[in-house]
Amino acid sequence: MKKLESTLLNMVLVLTGVAVLMGFVLAYMNHFTAAPIALQKNEALQEGIKTVMASDKIVVTSIDTLHLHDAKGKDQVFIIYHNKKGAAIESTTLGFGGPLKVLIGFDTEGTILGYTILEHQETPGLGAKADQWFQQGQNGCIIGLNPADSLYVKKDGGQVDAITASTITSRAFLLAVNNAYKAYNGLNN
Amino acid sequence: MEYILIFISAIFVNNIVLAQFLGICPFLGVSKKIGTSMGMSMAVAFVMVLATLVTWCIQTYVLIPTGLEYLQTIVFILVIASLVQMVEIILKKLSPTLYQALGIFLPLITTNCAVLGVAILVIQKDMSLLQSLVYAFSTAIGFGLALTIFAGIREQLALTNIPKGMRGMAIVLVTAGLLSLAFMGFSGVDVGLRKLMGLE
Amino acid sequence: MSYIQIIKNGIIKDNPTFVLMLGMCPTLATTTSALNGLSMGLATMTVLLCTNVVISCIKNITPDKVRIPVFIVIIAAFVTLLQMVIKAYLPDIDKALGLFIPLIVVNCIILGRAEAFAAKNTPLASLIDGVGIGLGFTLGLTLLGIVREILGSGSIFGWTFIPEDYNILLFVLAPGAFITLGYLIAIVNKLKK
Repeated sequence: MKKLESTLLNMVLVLTGVAVLMGFVLAYMNHFTAAPIALQKNEALQEGIKTVMASDKIVVTSIDTLHLHDAKGKDQVFIIYHNKKGAAIESTTLGFGGPLKVLIGFDTEGTILGYTILEHQETPGLGAKADQWFQQGQNGCIIGLNPADSLYVKKDGGQVDAITASTITSRAFLLAVNNAYKAYNGLNN
Repeated sequence: MEYILIFISAIFVNNIVLAQFLGICPFLGVSKKIGTSMGMSMAVAFVMVLATLVTWCIQTYVLIPTGLEYLQTIVFILVIASLVQMVEIILKKLSPTLYQALGIFLPLITTNCAVLGVAILVIQKDMSLLQSLVYAFSTAIGFGLALTIFAGIREQLALTNIPKGMRGMAIVLVTAGLLSLAFMGFSGVDVGLRKLMGLE
Repeated sequence: MSYIQIIKNGIIKDNPTFVLMLGMCPTLATTTSALNGLSMGLATMTVLLCTNVVISCIKNITPDKVRIPVFIVIIAAFVTLLQMVIKAYLPDIDKALGLFIPLIVVNCIILGRAEAFAAKNTPLASLIDGVGIGLGFTLGLTLLGIVREILGSGSIFGWTFIPEDYNILLFVLAPGAFITLGYLIAIVNKLKK
């Protein structure tokens, strides 16, 4: 078969034709995958909430989105997932390499039930260990603690062991926890 | 103030080539001579900033309002391809020597992952238009810096006696690794600067 | 060329990672672990197969002067399709590969193969070439990922067998990628002789 000549008409026709066809295919697929993608996002969140509330069955009763201003006037956003056991709170601070987003589970008194790191840009092998370091049975365990008087690393006079060689990440993490507690406490009062 | 932070961070702390692995192909391919490297960097800088400007506007004013975000990849790459064509035409007229020197590498800016990468990154990081432009410009400088330093090293490397097995790409890559290691020394500078500027 | 030869070609003689040196960006960025390298390789291969076949099918109705933009639209479309499918059904891979999935669009291998092979051969041959080159790329990435994971995390495909104290963190970080690939290429060069 002889190749189509490179006249302006042919070129425009073929390019437009291909682009439009591809556009339709993508639109169809977008529609098709929209539901599963939303489902994935929701499932991930549900799993996260179950983990931090240390329970197999958690039903979120209501969701609050709180906008607070910190000491320097910067806008902070907290998403609070209320449930029967207490609340799971999404809190974001600035870590070593970028934003650090943590999900912390509090019981109704404000005691920490569990946590999980949602997003981070910390160094692998150092700050990235935050997802394990502060868990039950580990060096920096914060499970069972109540941040009523704020949690600090030992270097700053507190009781929590910082991740070896990752003080900045550890401080950022505890700040996220403290801020979440203040937000939750503020809501309850 | 914040823009200085973006500037320093993009060039040194999160250098696009040495830390984020974008733009490796031209980095390895064009860095044989310092002169060509600088020319390439300027061409990339021009395309990168312009591309970021156009793609940011298209994303904000066209794709999001019409819910057509899934067309992002196609639209962005077509914008970049067109811009590169434009740069080629302009360069041919303004500086035929540079055009000749860059040769095949000029159209290859289209497939330079750094350009598309930056366009997508500024959307992902939710940056404002001004922040995106500063980021794109700083990234391009970071690219140019890495490229030029590396070209300098390679010019010296060409004069040394390298073991047979390591000749060619092997020693080039290991050297790039050492340069990347050196730049790692900058990590944490942005955190310190942030504290210094009171932006914490 | 027989089909078997086409595949062998893609894996050995024209191996994208160790011989052609194409697609370096994802090669260095996504090989922090064996699984990540494997995933990226397979994702790229999937796109390569689709684009090779489609481009080969329309090669005769594509005017020569407009072929690059047409190829780019097709490649970008398939990458977007892949993105959607991964986001919907494989969220862990989405997290691991991140920005580099949409960047498959500028992976020089895909456009390079479209130009060099698909535009001049039958759809079936182009499919086989896609398989060969894809396998070659996947092999390269997985190998690099395995080495970096063993040296940097003491594990292989997630199975840890070296105690943490002996892990050389450097290999999971940026410099380690460059250095490891450099030495692997040196070894390949030595073996070629």
